[in-house]
Amino acid sequence: MTDSYLMRNLRAVRGRAYPRLIGSTREPSWFVFDVILPLFTIAGYAYVYKFLDARAELIGYVVLGGAMTAFWLNILWSMASQLYWEKEIGNLPLYLMAPISRMSILAGMAVGGLFETTIQAAMTLAIGAIAFNVVFSLASPVMLLVVFVVTMIALYGMGMMFASLYLLLGREAYHLSALMMEPVYFASGFYFPVRHLGFWAAAGASVIPITLGLDALRQIIFPEGIAEDAFLPLNTEIALLSGLCVVFMVLSRYALRYMEYLGKTTGRLTLRWQ
Amino acid sequence: MAVMNDLKVFKDSAWLGWQMEANWTDPFLFLTYSIVKPIAGTLILVLMYMVVTGGETGNAFFSYMYVGNAMYMFVAEVLFGVTWVIHDDREHYMTLKQVYIAPMNFYMYIMGRSAIKIAITSFGVLVTLIFGVMALGVDIDLAAVDWPLLAASLVLGLACICILGLALGGVSFLTAKHSIGINEGLAGVFYVLSGVVFPITILPTWAQSVSRILPVTYWMEAIRRAIEPGAMRELADTSGFDVTGMGGISDLTMMLYLLVSVGAFFVMSIGVFRVADYIARKKGKVDWTTAY
Repeated sequence: MTDSYLMRNLRAVRGRAYPRLIGSTREPSWFVFDVILPLFTIAGYAYVYKFLDARAELIGYVVLGGAMTAFWLNILWSMASQLYWEKEIGNLPLYLMAPISRMSILAGMAVGGLFETTIQAAMTLAIGAIAFNVVFSLASPVMLLVVFVVTMIALYGMGMMFASLYLLLGREAYHLSALMMEPVYFASGFYFPVRHLGFWAAAGASVIPITLGLDALRQIIFPEGIAEDAFLPLNTEIALLSGLCVVFMVLSRYALRYMEYLGKTTGRLTLRWQ
Repeated sequence: MAVMNDLKVFKDSAWLGWQMEANWTDPFLFLTYSIVKPIAGTLILVLMYMVVTGGETGNAFFSYMYVGNAMYMFVAEVLFGVTWVIHDDREHYMTLKQVYIAPMNFYMYIMGRSAIKIAITSFGVLVTLIFGVMALGVDIDLAAVDWPLLAASLVLGLACICILGLALGGVSFLTAKHSIGINEGLAGVFYVLSGVVFPITILPTWAQSVSRILPVTYWMEAIRRAIEPGAMRELADTSGFDVTGMGGISDLTMMLYLLVSVGAFFVMSIGVFRVADYIARKKGKVDWTTAY
C-alpha cells in the first residue's frame, strides 16, 4: 500500500513536471524571449556600472543577479500563481480529486520549472559573461553546487507556499506577483550587494531565500569582493538557507491543507474569475 | 458615425481597463501598489549609483540617470499594457474570441485598454520625480522647465510607444505565454540603446549607430532638455565634450524625427498586426491557452 502510494505520487510529480519539460521544446521561441531579450536589461545595468567606472566584480554581480531573476520570475508566475491558473482553467478540481498528495503536484511544478529555468539562467549567465568579460572563480565547485541546491530548495519551497496562499487571494494574486518584482529585485540586491542596504534591511530581506543565496553565490564566484560586499559569512548563510528550506517546506504543507479546507468550506475552490 | 463608434469603443474599453486594474482592492491599497512598484524600480538604480559613488547624488549625471529612469516607466509599462491585453483576454479571462468577433474596431479596443495604463503610469512617473526632487536632490526647477517642448515630446513619444505596442500585441497572438518576455525584452532594448540611464557615447560604435535610429533616444533627450535644462548644461560643461552624443541636434529636429517615427511605426505596426492576425486565425491561435 505504502509503495503504491509512493509510486502514485512519484508519477504525479513526473506527470506535472512533464508539460513544463516538453513545453519548452515545443515552444522554442522561449529562447529568444527568456534568454536573449532579458540580456538587454542586464546590459543596461552593466553599462551604468561601466559609465561610473565601477569595480569589475559589480558588473559580475549584475550578470549573476540578472540570470537569477529567471528563478524569481519562475517562482512568481509559474509557481505562486499556478494553482490560481489551474483553478481558472479547470484543472484544480481534478488535482484535488486525484488519489495523491497535493504536495506532489506542487513538487512536479517545481521540478519542471526548475529544470526549464536552470537552463535559461545558465544560458543568460554564459552569454552575459562573454559579453561583459566577466571572470568567474570556480575554485569551490562543490560549495557552489551546495549553495545553489539549498537556495533552490528554499526558494521553490517558498513558491509552493505562495501557490496555496495565492489561491485564496483571487485576482489580487496577479497584482501581488507584479508588486513582488521590482521591490524584491531591490530588497534582495539582485543588481548590487545587499550589504549596502544596511544590516537590518538586509536581514529583513533574507526571509526571501534568493537574498542569501545570491550573496553566497557571489562570495564563491567573486571572492575578490568578499571584504567589501559580503553580508554574512558563507557558512552562516548556508545554515540559514538550510533552515529556510525546512521552514518553507513545512509551511507550504500547512498552507496547502488550509487552502483546501477553506476553499471547500467557502465553496471557492472552483469559483473562477473572482 | 464610424468615428463616434470608435470613440465609444475607446471610452468603454478604457473603463473596462480601469475596472480590471483597480477594482480588485480598495483605493488606498491600489494607491500604495501604484507607488511602491515604480519607487522600488528606481531605488535599484539609486543604490547601484550609491555603491559606486558613496552616496553623492547632487550632481548632473545623477539627475540625468534619475529622470531617464523615471520617464522610461512609460516605455516599459505602455508596452506591457498593450501586449498584456491580448495575453490577459486570451489566457486568463478567455474572452478574446468574443471580443474579437464583436462588431467594433479592435485597435480602438486595445488602445482604450492601454490608455488607462498610461494614466496609472503617469501617476507613478510623477511620484518618482517628486520623490527624486524631495529626497535625492534631483535637479528639476519648475520655473526652468520648457513646457511646450515637454508637452510635444510627451505626446509624440507616447504615440510612438503605443503604436509599437500594437505591433507587439499582434505578435502576442502567435506566441505562447511569452507575452511578458516580449515587451520586457523590447523595453530592455530601448533601455540599453536609447540612453535611458547612461549616455549612448559609452556604447560600442555600432550600437551608437543603432541608438541614433531609435525614436526613444530622441524622446529621452527631448524630455531631459525640457525637464532639466540646468543639469544637461552642467553635464556638458563638466564632461568637456558632447557626452550625450545628441548635443548637435536641435529641439525642432528631434520633434520632426519623432513625428516621422510615429508615421513610420504606424504603417509598420498595422502591417505586423494584420499579418499576425491572419496567421493566428489560420492556425487557430486566437483562443488558445498555454498555461502549462
